Amino acid sequence: MSSQPFRLATGGRIDRQRALCFRFDGQVYWGHPGDTLASALLANGVRLVGRSFKYHRPRGILAAGVEEPNALVRLGEGARAEPNTRATQVELFDGLVAESQNRWPSLAFDAGQAGDLLSALLPVGFYYKTFMRPKGWWERYERLIRQAAGMGRAPQGADPDRYAKMHAHCDVLVVGAGPAGIAAALAAGQRGARVVLADEQAELGGGLLAAASLIDGQSAGDWLALALATLRAMDQVRLLPRTTAFGYYDHNFLGLVERVSDHLAAPPAHLPRHRLWKLRARQVVLATGALERPLVFADNDRPGVMLAGAAATYATRYGVRSGKRAVLFTNNSEAYGAAIALADAGVQLTAIVDAREDVRDDWAARARERGIRLLAGQAVVAVEGRRQVAGVRAMRLGPGADQVTGLPARLECDLLMMSGGYSPTLHLYAQSGGRLVWDPLRACQLPGEARQAVHVAGAARGSLELAQALVEGTAAGAQAAAECGFAGALPEAPQAEPAPAAASLRPLWLVPLSQSSGGKRFVDLQNDVTAADLMLATREGYRAIEHVKRYTTAGLGTDQGKTGNINTLAIVAQKLSADIAGLGHTTYRPPYTPVSFAALAGQDRAPLHEPVRRTGMQGWHEERGAEFEPVGQWRRPHHYPRPGESMHEAVARECLAVRQAVGVVDASTLGKIDIQGPDSPKVLNWVYTNAWDRLPIGRCRYGLMLNEEGMVFDDGVTARLDQHHFHMTTTSGGASTVMNWLEEWLQTEWLNWRVRFTSVTEQWAVAAIAGPSSRALLKDLAENLDLSDEALPFMGVSEGRVAGLPARVFRIGYTGAQSYEINVAASHGMALWLALLAAGEKYGITPFGTEAMHVLRAEVGFIAVGHETDGTVTPDDLGLARLCKTSQDFLGRRGLARPALRAERKQLVGLLTDHPKTVLPMGGQVIDRAELRPPHPSLGHVTSSYWSAHLGRSIALALIKGGRARQGERVWVTNDGGLAPATIAPARFLAPAEAAR
Amino acid sequence: MLLLHCPYCGPRWEQEFQCRGEAHIARPEPAAEASDATWAAYLYLRSNPKGLHYERWQHTHGCRRWFNVLRSTLTHEIVAIYRPGEPKPELKR
Repeated sequence: MSSQPFRLATGGRIDRQRALCFRFDGQVYWGHPGDTLASALLANGVRLVGRSFKYHRPRGILAAGVEEPNALVRLGEGARAEPNTRATQVELFDGLVAESQNRWPSLAFDAGQAGDLLSALLPVGFYYKTFMRPKGWWERYERLIRQAAGMGRAPQGADPDRYAKMHAHCDVLVVGAGPAGIAAALAAGQRGARVVLADEQAELGGGLLAAASLIDGQSAGDWLALALATLRAMDQVRLLPRTTAFGYYDHNFLGLVERVSDHLAAPPAHLPRHRLWKLRARQVVLATGALERPLVFADNDRPGVMLAGAAATYATRYGVRSGKRAVLFTNNSEAYGAAIALADAGVQLTAIVDAREDVRDDWAARARERGIRLLAGQAVVAVEGRRQVAGVRAMRLGPGADQVTGLPARLECDLLMMSGGYSPTLHLYAQSGGRLVWDPLRACQLPGEARQAVHVAGAARGSLELAQALVEGTAAGAQAAAECGFAGALPEAPQAEPAPAAASLRPLWLVPLSQSSGGKRFVDLQNDVTAADLMLATREGYRAIEHVKRYTTAGLGTDQGKTGNINTLAIVAQKLSADIAGLGHTTYRPPYTPVSFAALAGQDRAPLHEPVRRTGMQGWHEERGAEFEPVGQWRRPHHYPRPGESMHEAVARECLAVRQAVGVVDASTLGKIDIQGPDSPKVLNWVYTNAWDRLPIGRCRYGLMLNEEGMVFDDGVTARLDQHHFHMTTTSGGASTVMNWLEEWLQTEWLNWRVRFTSVTEQWAVAAIAGPSSRALLKDLAENLDLSDEALPFMGVSEGRVAGLPARVFRIGYTGAQSYEINVAASHGMALWLALLAAGEKYGITPFGTEAMHVLRAEVGFIAVGHETDGTVTPDDLGLARLCKTSQDFLGRRGLARPALRAERKQLVGLLTDHPKTVLPMGGQVIDRAELRPPHPSLGHVTSSYWSAHLGRSIALALIKGGRARQGERVWVTNDGGLAPATIAPARFLAPAEAAR
Repeated sequence: MLLLHCPYCGPRWEQEFQCRGEAHIARPEPAAEASDATWAAYLYLRSNPKGLHYERWQHTHGCRRWFNVLRSTLTHEIVAIYRPGEPKPELKR
């Protein structure tokens, strides 16, 4: 095992007895169980972990947790590779493979760092400025920019892992298992509430994992172990480590993602990779902690510049020195704790540079006790070293913090710890609709008025001291439980030793540049946004913080400005001489951290993404090799190609079979609604345009349905089976729309009508036989069924047996050929189908698909909803005004009389191309001249267009302005980049067969 | 993700429902005598308030029943749920 030069000999929550081997950029390293990728890299002395987004500057590890903006790595290989993973949150396992991003050809030498030198060409908003001209060149620029900038690469190939979803309810959800969260869960659990405690880390404990204080007389670690054991022993408490609450939605609904097996070298097959929790909580306690803010000074992005708390965490929790000699640059006292922790771990503390004058509190005293040099009223103005901090320079800070004076003091170090104060993590709180209020004293946002049943405790409400966090957590947990009805004695809060007295912080949002230093002062490290960018934006007139965000890109990207947002806000406010509070804040939107699409999709993908509805005959279609087309959730056979046959040949063959012999089509997908009750005819009179009272029993009628605007939205044939019993059919795709339409009126307007609707689409299988031989074929199979014209005329319905199966036979059709739609129980569908094929053999029966059906119906001028109608077409437009009754009202009737419909309308006509072999494109625009010379006023468009094998030419239907009065006129239709001449004709190319009239 | 109390099935999550727009839009009767403006208002004009909104919901993936909801469009607070035909709850000032 190779040495880990920065690993401490003792301390931390890592297991030094076991070694884990991992690779970073091809190099082999070792770490220990308990490490994150980041802590293991630091232990091995790896400081340079990535290149920045825009300038390709060398970057190191800034943080120890979720807020890390720099150390984004590509984790894993092949289809499992995941870009933009925060190394600070990746648990180390044996065999882990990670790669740095945004570098070419290598991390140490990156050709793109020229971008840093060319940064004058990449000012804020450069997308909108530099690359707008010349016109049309954006596509060329874009490719280059995308190559240079960007965040990792997406994996190739389909995701091989499984993802699960869990729907859950609880009384109290506690987010964050730091001191406040643990105390809240204990209090709520002790009161008997069903509690879920979720924390994004592998180990529950949050700040306790690195705390040195005593709680209830025990070490923080011992107290934590006991508290977790207590929680585990409660049946109604569920602990969810590795689980990020990423979204807080309405009515206390939260989305959480649990990383179930990401940390396992070889995940067992039964475990999903991630589990998405959709959780409804009666009460929520947010114990989400606070994030330390960076300070904004020149070259504050150099590897070796680190958040103070992060350096302390690496030392105390992971047993890693992040450097050999450190300087702390701070504006607050709490950060002294970090410096002391490092000093105690054997790191040499060169100095503490404190922006505040004359600090005399307990923290300063403790630092002095350790002999740490204190530079009060000073600021770091320069960082030496490019790929690694080699020292810093500090200068005196003027009283207004707007200038630095005096001679710079050079401080030797390879680690610069910084702390600009703490920002409560209120992302979820803000998402819940809670207000955020600016607290000038603590220089941070605090939770204001809540909108949902939510409590905030601990550092998330600005209480940084451990003792206070425990008290607040206990109170919040107890109260949340009480609000769910779990009363009882107030649980006693765990007692922690009081924190050292701390002087208040000095807001220091932007360290002035010294005359000699210069350098970029980064505000958003992930997006390479500097203070200069923000200032430029304000000079250019940006005022609203949301606009500044989008213009400068500060706060975008995968980390959404976790470390940068408050600094951005404050610097913009400073430049605008505005109050921070008055500037508001950018909107916090889910997700808190990125969630994989796969986790959101879960198992709802591939065939499970949307159910496929199957007819009773589907298996036959598949076996026969049909080509399918989606119709709603159905997959209908489009045509049945024979070996070697093209689609056009197959469709032509199927069409000719219907016109000359007999064809059979699976019509099971037609929507079918059973309507019963004495008010059934009244319903039909309202929802259809025509009259239904006098329809005799055993007869069918075609009807159009309109919405209240007067536009056709569905059509179909409805049969009267009995005095108060109708069988309605709808289009295949419109069945649910029609069902909803009927229910809407019945349930909201026709409250007392005696009628019921039942969807029976899936109860019936339907085979429609069509063609001159259809009657002969049916006769061969029919029992107790009189097929004479008297007993079963066109538009009639009868019941009997077909092929021995109980059947309802409708003599209706959509092809203009003599046809029968045979309805049998869905489970008999295949038997009927096979019987028809067997008996039909001698008649030359041919199965046909939807395409042939469309050709056939277009030949006889039958409309297809969705082709000839598009929501803007009236019955009269279709030449079907005769179907509109004049005697009484119906839905849509008044809509037809709207002034908007009085102007010249597009009307349905036929189009015959000059060249009979030219099949016009559907949707082709119709114009009145023979040349393409924009602008072209459109006369209309082609709605249906096919090759008619029967007629030996192309046919088309079109909606054309005033079309019915323009019969015989020549028009031109856009076709394949040119124009095809055609003549307007009647919208019927063939009369329906005698027996189908 | 709202939690809606279907008057027939009890509390269910929003995914089982569809919002069907503003409630209490009466169809002008007799329609033939309605003026163009009246009909246009019936078809298109909605109150679209910032605040309390009377609206219709359907328990599409449940009992399929329609009902009325009084909901704040601002906070998603559900103030009342009532069945069609039941009187519209008055807003307290």
